[in-house]
Amino acid sequence: MSHRIYEGHGDPVCETRPGLTRRSFLRRGVGTAGGLAAVAAALSPLRDFDASEMSVAGFLQKHYKEMDAQEMEAALDRIREQVEARYEVRPEIRDIKPMDGVEFVYALNLSRCIGCRKCVHACVAENNQSRDPEIQYIRVIEMPRGTTDVEHGDHHYERATVPDEDHYYMPVQCHQCANPPCVKVCPVEATWSEPDGIVVIDYDWCIGCRYCEAACPYWARRFNFTTPKIPKDKLNPNMSYLSNRPRSQGVMEKCHFCLHRTRQGKMPACLEICPTGSRKFGNVLDPNSEVSQILRTKRVFVLKEQVGTLPRFFYYYDERDPISGYSDEAKGGQG
Amino acid sequence: MKEYGRFLFRCFRLSFHGDWRYYTWMFLLTAVALLGLNAYAKQFVHGLATTGMTDQVSWGLYIANFTYLVGVAAAAVMLVIPVYIYKNEELHDLVIFGELLAVAAIVMCLLFVTVDMGRPDRFVHLFLRFNFPISMLTWDVLVLNGYLLLNMHICGYLIYCAYCRRTPAKWFYIPFVFVAIVWALSIHTVTAFLYSGLGGRPFWNSAVIAPRFIASAFAAGPALIILTLQVLRWATPYPVPDKAINTLKSIVTVALSINMFLLISEVFTEFYTQSSHVVSAQYLFFGLKGYHALVPWIWTAVGLNVLALAVLFTPLNRRLMFLNIACVALIIGIWIEKGMGLIVPAFIPTPLGEIVEYVPTMNEILISLGIWAFGLLIYTIFVRITVPVLMGEIAIDTVYPLGSAKRVAPQPSETKGKYDA
Repeated sequence: MSHRIYEGHGDPVCETRPGLTRRSFLRRGVGTAGGLAAVAAALSPLRDFDASEMSVAGFLQKHYKEMDAQEMEAALDRIREQVEARYEVRPEIRDIKPMDGVEFVYALNLSRCIGCRKCVHACVAENNQSRDPEIQYIRVIEMPRGTTDVEHGDHHYERATVPDEDHYYMPVQCHQCANPPCVKVCPVEATWSEPDGIVVIDYDWCIGCRYCEAACPYWARRFNFTTPKIPKDKLNPNMSYLSNRPRSQGVMEKCHFCLHRTRQGKMPACLEICPTGSRKFGNVLDPNSEVSQILRTKRVFVLKEQVGTLPRFFYYYDERDPISGYSDEAKGGQG
Repeated sequence: MKEYGRFLFRCFRLSFHGDWRYYTWMFLLTAVALLGLNAYAKQFVHGLATTGMTDQVSWGLYIANFTYLVGVAAAAVMLVIPVYIYKNEELHDLVIFGELLAVAAIVMCLLFVTVDMGRPDRFVHLFLRFNFPISMLTWDVLVLNGYLLLNMHICGYLIYCAYCRRTPAKWFYIPFVFVAIVWALSIHTVTAFLYSGLGGRPFWNSAVIAPRFIASAFAAGPALIILTLQVLRWATPYPVPDKAINTLKSIVTVALSINMFLLISEVFTEFYTQSSHVVSAQYLFFGLKGYHALVPWIWTAVGLNVLALAVLFTPLNRRLMFLNIACVALIIGIWIEKGMGLIVPAFIPTPLGEIVEYVPTMNEILISLGIWAFGLLIYTIFVRITVPVLMGEIAIDTVYPLGSAKRVAPQPSETKGKYDA
């Protein structure tokens, strides 16, 4: 080999004599300047970076569970200002805590659901999801009769009228599992189970690795692939820290059982809008609640029981339960 | 300490010197790396919407490359084990190039994970609330960075000792070498557990994933080292005996055979059972409900792997050219199999049965190429520095930087005992 890389490029000035000559100085100068210019050019898209919501205080904000009342108030103030600057609406934002002695569960009556997707859109409006691209927490699957395997369902059914005689409809949203795989996999504890059973996300703590999205067996989590866009007049100003406050680019979000409503005694938006009464929600620790009654008396099942996630979201049918003798007054919700 | 600073400074200067091939190669790599940086700047501003990923297929090219490169990094151990456990003489002087490759591969891994993050600015949250030991991702953070440090220590120490013409103190690196052997297995095992621990993804939820990762890594990694060693032989006077390449060839042959066996086991279990778990594999190998974007990829991978196996199992492999073809075939074959073939199909269909296909965008591809270019760039610099230092041409007592006039270089055979065990 006549050329050997390690022998240098054959310029004896550089190799044997330290110290500058005019030629080597020029060469180095041009090389360095060219290199820096190339790096600057490569980084030029950063000029479009929107730093309006970046702040030192935001950067130093602690994890939800580590903030004391004062720090939380400071964080909420910051959020108020950001929302106002962006949407010209002064939000009512609080950190609403879970109630004692309450564990929420959801029950969905598959015999009644007609697949109208009103819940999907009520949810988007209530929870300030991005409209472009639109993020939806609820997915309604049109299922052929004779199976509960979602593999056979159609996610994109478009019908002039629903329901279709040969199908039934299965809405799926976050199941708020008691053994949630998403919480297990999060490397920074940005998502966790609250005492009332709701799995929440600290949007200011999430690093956007999307491991939870890969882990969820119900495809319940959504990622903000870009900055969410919500028209100013569509913003819901009633917000809480862990639920429907506007999210930023690059973080996860999902259904949280409308905790800013339900922790104050209201029903979730998807339930309120449902025209058929297919959706039931309540405190499972209260034996007299409607959901407790449903769990006791109905033929209830959970989706993908075999994955061991212990969902707090139950599906049921309207048939009479032969064991308890309980029978439905309103039968035939197929409508 | 001052001497160490001078050593680093000379290394830095050295990385800017070379012949025309070196300059062309480095210029190319820098250009591609800068293109990647430019693409990343765009992604940083506009978000991961600039990629082909969706809520349905939420991991793509980045995580695929990450997984592959963890394997490449782990494969350095296939040089270390023969040398330090079986006292293999031929690989003795080459083991350091495997360890340097591991360093470059881990750096690429960390970059791939970083570009995949939605909020890289919140990186510091990892230090504040680290979900260890529950989240496998935290394990991965620990083992990858630990492996990086181990290899940086081993390589850095040996090279600096050679620079100082000093015999390395065994107690200061041999224990680390043995820790690194176990650690190498752990990085790929933990990365496999990252996927196989998810009950909601039947395609990944299989015990064979970890062994398959290891087997494919020990085929693709040493194959890459075989090619690297030949480049080394071509571009530098560093002695690379054929025997060393032959040892690696045997390793590749065995590992590839095991990989194919595990692949067949998995394919059989999936397709013979015909349970609902098979849908992702069905999509990957044959297409599903009219969607078959990955079918050509996986059959290309299978074809390349079979081709490599055919060469390695016949006398053809004695010709270097055919061996190289086999190596290239299996490097690409395993890249597809572990990338597009393992990461993407697990998301198709989604857990709710929806089929959305994944095609990486140009921006995403540029970022990936940029990271590869950057990794090759730093590996080239490592080699650029290591070769003259190990050959004794750059040392504490040679004159200013490249010392071509006054060369007191002992031959490699003389230095061998000094800088290595």
